[in-house]
Amino acid sequence: MELTRLKGKLVTARKGHKLLKDKRDELMRQFLEMVRENKALREKVELEIANANRNFALARSAMSDEAVRVAFMAPKQKVSLEVAYKNIMSVEVPSYTFRTRTSDVNDMFSYGFAFTSADLDGAVRSLSEVFPDMLKLAQSEKSCQLMAAEIEKTRRRVNALEHVLIPDMEASIKFITMKLDENERSSQIRLMKVKDMMLEDKHHYKEKEEKRARRKAEKYSAG
Amino acid sequence: MYKIAVMGDWDSIYGFGALGLDTFRIEADESPEEAAQMLRRLARNNYEVIYITEALAAKIPGEIDHYRTEPSPAVILIPGISGNTGEGIAAVKKSVEQAVGSDIIFGSKNE
Repeated sequence: MELTRLKGKLVTARKGHKLLKDKRDELMRQFLEMVRENKALREKVELEIANANRNFALARSAMSDEAVRVAFMAPKQKVSLEVAYKNIMSVEVPSYTFRTRTSDVNDMFSYGFAFTSADLDGAVRSLSEVFPDMLKLAQSEKSCQLMAAEIEKTRRRVNALEHVLIPDMEASIKFITMKLDENERSSQIRLMKVKDMMLEDKHHYKEKEEKRARRKAEKYSAG
Repeated sequence: MYKIAVMGDWDSIYGFGALGLDTFRIEADESPEEAAQMLRRLARNNYEVIYITEALAAKIPGEIDHYRTEPSPAVILIPGISGNTGEGIAAVKKSVEQAVGSDIIFGSKNE
């Protein structure tokens, strides 16, 4: 009973193991693709932000802190974010799209041009150019993080199946088959023994044999 | 409708305000607990993407790690005004290590 059950379980485990392994491999392929993109984007964005920061520093050198503060006090532009989820090998991966309140890039300045330096406009502009990339970076980085977690989980499962569950089951199956074989052999021997005993009872082979032997011996000694 | 937040010291983030992102000011001398609290509050309040300066993120690594495996929000490190600390690229590296077991993308370049 247990043997049939275990054998069924082993087949399922093997199938599951194969499927999970395929899942892991495919996830890994996609992950590596995405992480390369992630890395390229990050390098790009970091460079651009550093540039924008430099521009801001330049702009602030020409203006007082208060003036800068006032200029950014009431932001005019507004960004809203839409999130859609995409399914990659059972991992829910976000995909962001953003909408700005005004689509015109020249309409986003929250300050009059009279009291601010021209560098500030350039700085804000450069930062606004980075923003789409920043959002893409957020998307790809989050996807990478989620996929990494999923890959780790899948890998654990694959390993658990491969190195623990399946060998364990195989060992118990082997043990049970051995035990059953052993039982069968011993019952066979027992039957043979019983048969011998029954025949002995019926025909007295042993006595006949002894008699025959005795007669033979007498013949030799006489001859 | 989701929102985008930027956390960090004022010098690093005020520019993002002009883009229409919500800026949240945490200065360098403020305690890590305050930053962590702020991050948690933002995560609860419909902020789907949170940019955080590397300098600030370095103070609350536990909180940042916590959001790595959550579906939302995405917590993304950006370099601040003080320059690039390499913390952001290290985060990417960490995902690779988590997934592959060892670092195969950045390998020789960073070490």
